[in-house]
Amino acid sequence: MFRQISVFLENKKGKLAEVTGVLAENNIDMWAISIADTTNFGILRIIVDDPEKAVEVLKDAGYPVNTTEVLAVEVSDRPGGLHQVLNILSNEDISIEYLYSFVRRPEEMALILFKVDRLNDATDILKRAGINVITNDQVYDL
Amino acid sequence: MYWDKTYECMDREQLRELQSRRLVETVRRVYHHVPYYRQRMQELGIVPEDINGVEDLHKLPFTTKQDLRDNYPYGLFAVPLSEIVRLHASSGTTGKPTVVGYTRKDIVNWSELMARTLVSGGTRMDSVIQVAYGYGLFTGGLGVHYGAERIGASVIPVSGGNTKRQIMIMKDFGTTVLACTPSYALYLAETMEEMGIKREELKLQYGIFGAEPWSEAMRKEIEEKMQISAIDIYGLSEVIGPGVASECQYKAGLHIFEDHFIPEIIDPETGEVLPEGKEGELVFTTINKEGLPVIRYRTRDISALNYEPCPCGRTHVRMKKVLGRTDDMIIIRGVNVFPSQIESVLMEIGDTEPHYLLVVDRVGNLDNLEVWVEVSNELFSDEVRKLEELKRRIANEIQSTLGLSVKVKLVEPKTIERSEGKAKRIIDKRNM
Repeated sequence: MFRQISVFLENKKGKLAEVTGVLAENNIDMWAISIADTTNFGILRIIVDDPEKAVEVLKDAGYPVNTTEVLAVEVSDRPGGLHQVLNILSNEDISIEYLYSFVRRPEEMALILFKVDRLNDATDILKRAGINVITNDQVYDL
Repeated sequence: MYWDKTYECMDREQLRELQSRRLVETVRRVYHHVPYYRQRMQELGIVPEDINGVEDLHKLPFTTKQDLRDNYPYGLFAVPLSEIVRLHASSGTTGKPTVVGYTRKDIVNWSELMARTLVSGGTRMDSVIQVAYGYGLFTGGLGVHYGAERIGASVIPVSGGNTKRQIMIMKDFGTTVLACTPSYALYLAETMEEMGIKREELKLQYGIFGAEPWSEAMRKEIEEKMQISAIDIYGLSEVIGPGVASECQYKAGLHIFEDHFIPEIIDPETGEVLPEGKEGELVFTTINKEGLPVIRYRTRDISALNYEPCPCGRTHVRMKKVLGRTDDMIIIRGVNVFPSQIESVLMEIGDTEPHYLLVVDRVGNLDNLEVWVEVSNELFSDEVRKLEELKRRIANEIQSTLGLSVKVKLVEPKTIERSEGKAKRIIDKRNM
């Protein structure tokens, strides 16, 4: 399981650069990034090397921030790789709120992040199916 | 053309005598029949005998909307409910409305005053008048309706909304006089254009517009687009409803029906009466009402009084077109909105002190209210769906509290300017 940081942003020019600026100044490394956008606002979702510090500096900078546990799953980088995982979750009636992929990845494997409704169940189910679910510690070694 | 020349063109000295007589009688009546007024006068150490005419008016206490609210619903009525034949209400700042009551005689007088208003705007016995003000607790619809019937015009009580049907009726029924809010008139004009209805297909000649502030520029636009003559009318339910003041064909200020209402202009800070011509808060004392007489009612509207004779022949004082307020109330599509009403809705949803801003604009000639809400950590979610739900919930709550549809926009914290500890709550971009 992974700690994801979400940041509320208005859908305006330069807003994203402001946030990445705050992270860069504080020497925080981003491993994964995704943005959900609507006409009025966006939600920036990031995985970073130091989540606690990131939350602190972003809050200090005045952004609404929260953290969410997400699932990090290793998926083979070939046709049907992601489908295999989605199929398992679907069969088990686990719904996915959103997903995005990792910036860094080991050879041959893609790393996908999932926000699901039943996180613990999903983790167990995937593990039983022989899918590699990555934890925070493991990612440091990538 | 006058409806009631005797009173509308009364010699000013005679008028003052009439006002004095009616004021003395009103003060005596409220002192004996409204405990609230008796108490206020006792606090000030005055008795009815101290009020001998208009010159003593300044000695009397003010009445505010808050006083009406504190005595909700009937506390300030001067007659028993059995004598009340009609109740109206206007929106309040915190959910509870302000209730006003009329006796049979009040309704007759109100109809007379509305007849004066409508006649000075061009309505005659053979007019077909379309009343597109809302009917109901709001005084606009029924006020105009009774005045038009008093004249003997043909009244179409269509009420507000359903724009395309309004236009169909206007065309098919041969409407000659339109009564509605000025912003709705512009919206009607625009919709007509879209529908491809030509001006020649309509018999429209006059517009009777009020219930919200509007500028000369807006009048010009309405008059050009609709090819009508449009007058501004003024009123508020606490005083009687529409029918407090009305423009004549010269459109240079609104004649206040002084045989029924005594106007004053005061300094809103000190309460001091200001000399003729000075701008300040408009205050009314009703001197011919039975159900709910009000003594020195503070309207919060900013205006000035002009006692110069008017070429129309009416002797009644003219008030300057109202363009501002001393409080933070805004009027959107005829609905009174106080920021505090929006604030209480947000408080219930967020359970912390909300930071918000009301942005008012006129889009396609229709007032538009956007509510900007700062997203706090408590309100924030990493799911778009939940934030969209939050927006919908806020909009629905405001709709059910105020009866007004608004657009909600979520913004980052500190977006909304905070000046001297007190946040600026309203940006009004309407070009009025």
